[in-house]
Amino acid sequence: MGTTVEGKLGHNVFKIGKERHITVNTEICNTKCKDKVCLYICPAFLYKLDDQGNVTVDWEGCLECGTCLLCCLEDALEWEYPRGENGIQYRSA
Amino acid sequence: MEKVDCIVVGGGLAGLSAAYGLASEGLEVILIERGDYAGAKNVTGGRLYVSPIRDMYPELWEAAPFERPVTREFITLLNSGNATTIEFASDKFAAQPYQSYTVLRATLDLWLSEQVMEKGGMVITNQRVDELLMEDGKVIGIRAGEDEIGADMTIVAEGVLGLVSTKAGLRQKPSWKDHAVGFKETIELPQEVIESRWHLSPGQGAAHLFMGEVTKGMLGGGFLYTNKSSISFGIVLGMKDAKERADKIDVYTLLDDFKAHPHVAPLVAGGELLEYSAHVISEAGYAGIPQLYGDGYLLAGDTAGLALNQLYTVRGMDFAVASGYYAAKATLEAKQQGDLSAAGPMYEKMMRDTWVIKDLETAQHIPHFIENPRIFTHYPQSVGRIFERLFTLTSDPTEGIYHKVMGSVKQDFVNAKTVKELMGVRKI
Repeated sequence: MGTTVEGKLGHNVFKIGKERHITVNTEICNTKCKDKVCLYICPAFLYKLDDQGNVTVDWEGCLECGTCLLCCLEDALEWEYPRGENGIQYRSA
Repeated sequence: MEKVDCIVVGGGLAGLSAAYGLASEGLEVILIERGDYAGAKNVTGGRLYVSPIRDMYPELWEAAPFERPVTREFITLLNSGNATTIEFASDKFAAQPYQSYTVLRATLDLWLSEQVMEKGGMVITNQRVDELLMEDGKVIGIRAGEDEIGADMTIVAEGVLGLVSTKAGLRQKPSWKDHAVGFKETIELPQEVIESRWHLSPGQGAAHLFMGEVTKGMLGGGFLYTNKSSISFGIVLGMKDAKERADKIDVYTLLDDFKAHPHVAPLVAGGELLEYSAHVISEAGYAGIPQLYGDGYLLAGDTAGLALNQLYTVRGMDFAVASGYYAAKATLEAKQQGDLSAAGPMYEKMMRDTWVIKDLETAQHIPHFIENPRIFTHYPQSVGRIFERLFTLTSDPTEGIYHKVMGSVKQDFVNAKTVKELMGVRKI
């Protein structure tokens, strides 16, 4: 049963829209944020550093739990729920 | 602008409960839900305590699509080398009326939304409420995309994050300091396997909590609830501890380690993953309750901070149903009196005069108590040590039972820290 977290997300139903609902202001991350809590606290492990060292988010796999929103202290995230019709659609949660 | 008696923001248990109460009395009510159906965005651990809310809508709880009544309780103190499990069964819990049930929200909430519609309430899905419409400090309705709908009363039950109500200044943004994250797998298992693993009669269910190794010293614990043909298997973790942890452990890996633990793996063996879910949970308790009402609106459910971590159980859904019930009741009574502005104060009074806020008040010292990391490491290990010593037999001459037990008790429990912590226990 050694499923990766990406593998786990693969069992979920996501209706992915065109608009991203999370935007990272990397300038804030790069100048103000030391801890980068988002990189380890997201239960879906969606935040990563790209080749340039900027924080990116795979918003398509978002569980809409809100953990990153609460834990990002520097307000570097623009975070909304996806529009109606989009995002996670739980069937057995 | 179209106008109705009441708008309910959010199709969770609080919103559905409010809408059902209002629609049952013939009020024109529109509930707006952003998911494909009520329940599509909702997550639970999984247990609903029905006993506190049974009298509110008895007809609903008799017919609701619950998973299993919880008739057996398990608590496991999980350490790296051993596990101590307490299993509690009682004839009282195994007989009707059942105190609590395991639930899956996509099933339960969808069904409740159908009951709302049957009473004449309107449920609009696939619509995100973007903001509350305000006029001179009064909430007069909502905007969802291009659509604006006016209402005499808006019941905001949008969940723990409270994006819309925070934006409107009706409450503060929730803080990481007093919130937790819950994340779980729903794992399919045959009914007979579930019943055999948790010693259940057909159709009956178990709640199984885990403390200790699960959170690697951080505030929180593991849970496992038996559904009809699946288990809800997850972890609740305090954000403060997770955030401030020096080794920056990847939170999601805790669940994999928990599942692979030699004393847990046999419980989940052979199961197929159905779904992976997560949600923020308020652990602020009594101190986290915002102003519950204002001009033209009432806050209900998680948006009103109504969640309670009682250590051996986490409650929220019963509070949500109760707050929705009282929100509807207060609105109806105020309307009858011809003065809707009376609804807010009436709502707050109903909540304060009943178990809803009283239970939160009683438990107000728990959040501070559970900040002590020793609860999640030292004590589970201590109990494990007592039993390990008691059950150990070697080729050396064995100690008397008294010495075996008291040796461990003295080592782990007779010290200044434990005495101090015992004083703290009296408050909870």
